[in-house]
Amino acid sequence: MVMATEEILSFEEALEKYDPVLGFEVHVELNTQTKMFSSAPNAFGDTPNTNVTPVDLGLPGVLPVVNRVAVESSIKIGLALGCKIAEKCYFARKNYFYPDTPKNFQTSQYDDPIAYDGSIDIELADGTVFTVEIERAHMEEDAGKLTHMGGSTGRIHGAEFSLVDYNRAGVPLVEIVTKPIVGAGARAPELAKAYVAAIREIVKNLGVSDAKMERGNVRCDANVSLKPKGQEKFGTRTETKNVNSLRAVEHAVRYEIQRHAAVLDSGTPITQETRHWHEDTRSTTSGRPKSDADDYRYFPEPDLVPIVTTEDWIERLRAELPEPPAERRKRLQQDWGYSDAEFRDVVNAGVMSSIEDTIAAGVKPAVARKWWMGEISRRAKVADVEPSELGVTPELIVELNSLIESGKINDKLSREVLDGVLAGEGTPTEVVEARGLAVVSDDGPLLEAIDAALAAQPDVADKIRGGKVQAVGAIVGGVMKATRGQADAGRVRELILQRLGVEG
Amino acid sequence: MAEINREDVAHLARLAHIDMSAEELDRMTGELAVIVDSIKRVSEVAGDDIPTTSHPIPLSNVYREDVVGETLTNEEALSGAPDNADGRFKVPAILDGE
Repeated sequence: MVMATEEILSFEEALEKYDPVLGFEVHVELNTQTKMFSSAPNAFGDTPNTNVTPVDLGLPGVLPVVNRVAVESSIKIGLALGCKIAEKCYFARKNYFYPDTPKNFQTSQYDDPIAYDGSIDIELADGTVFTVEIERAHMEEDAGKLTHMGGSTGRIHGAEFSLVDYNRAGVPLVEIVTKPIVGAGARAPELAKAYVAAIREIVKNLGVSDAKMERGNVRCDANVSLKPKGQEKFGTRTETKNVNSLRAVEHAVRYEIQRHAAVLDSGTPITQETRHWHEDTRSTTSGRPKSDADDYRYFPEPDLVPIVTTEDWIERLRAELPEPPAERRKRLQQDWGYSDAEFRDVVNAGVMSSIEDTIAAGVKPAVARKWWMGEISRRAKVADVEPSELGVTPELIVELNSLIESGKINDKLSREVLDGVLAGEGTPTEVVEARGLAVVSDDGPLLEAIDAALAAQPDVADKIRGGKVQAVGAIVGGVMKATRGQADAGRVRELILQRLGVEG
Repeated sequence: MAEINREDVAHLARLAHIDMSAEELDRMTGELAVIVDSIKRVSEVAGDDIPTTSHPIPLSNVYREDVVGETLTNEEALSGAPDNADGRFKVPAILDGE
């Protein structure tokens, strides 16, 4: 079934007329050993339907029991999001009929989530900070995985049957729900991406989730609505489901803003519905409308007793929290003495931790930055990998740097040494040896090259003798070329001036 | 007065994907109405000072340690399935899911 492409407005025009309002539901899979309510392994990629117990299959007569670690991880997420933790909360049954849950209900939480009323500050690439209010974070369980078979496309439309693997059914989830986010304007798509990135960073830093979006450990449903400029009342929203990469979150929000604007401009109301995101066309298509199927008939889960938290318990968990990523960044910037712009570049390049390790290994902050933001980032870009994936260790940089500082090699040669090390030719010192890269420090060969360069450019030599010391660069260049870069440029300059009897 | 009418039952049947005949709807409406009315009588004896109770036994914080236990084999898991393929449960395509 081919969907007609929908009209969209240019992003700029949409923003001139309308204010976007965002809202996110982010599902985080916890990395516990076992599932939320059963002792089946919480593991990815195993043979289908082997990480299951009678509880996960919803067989008659089974009793679920809550995983203590999953509850504690959920409380930690709540604390990291600045939430209040419920003194008492319950699980609830969310009833719906679909083969991804064999019980015909998902065990979730309804009107009393474990954590509520929080907020986090989201910093955009240019340093602008938006505060996003968190409505709630509640515990629930993941569903099984359906694969639609038959039909021409493998998508659900036209499928003849579906195959179900319940290995994922019952994996602990925490769903984090924001309050409506207003005032982002043209930054909305960027904020969307930054928000999901921040959640991913927080849960990864807490150690409660593997936080791999490509594996579905962090999944985002993005809500978008528009209101005409100046209007208070929110417009009708759509919910784009399962937008599962940071880039896709940004694109999906941008696309929905443009699409809503075109629909509203044509005088048609927005249909409240779910939307499907398509990475190939970077657009959304209509999912299902809000309907009877959303009549979930929540009621308290009778098989699970309430969770009652005590101050002692919460404070013990709070004490286990690692330094929050935002505070860590602030501390590191201060320690390293980087400017705001320098530090942002480091963060955006994804080399903050690498620089931290390199400094810890004994290199000055400015030197560590020079390496990671310069040569290493450049190589990473060429190879299309993350800088941290190139195999450059802090010890390698320490050694390269000490070779430079001792005058054995210069900056230019050090890049060649790095090439050699990454090509597996040995340690920096071994590469210098093997490739014959040491700086020529013996004045004899240098003087020969200098004389040749002076003879080749007698007019420049005269200028220098006449007092135009800055002209010396042309001779230095000639010498460096003749020595294939293996000379210490500073020493060459000194020697030229001496030779010509000029004061530097 | 019955709190359950025929439309409610038809709605629930739709949600549960159960195909009910007109006769079944009539019968179920009557039966459910009796059940709902009976349960409703609880509020006659529970005054305003009785909080809504979902769990009658005063228990809380029953947890399991996060330790892997015994699981079913793939064959055991599929043994009760009406149909299966490729180690997985085979179900009719259902179009209104997410």
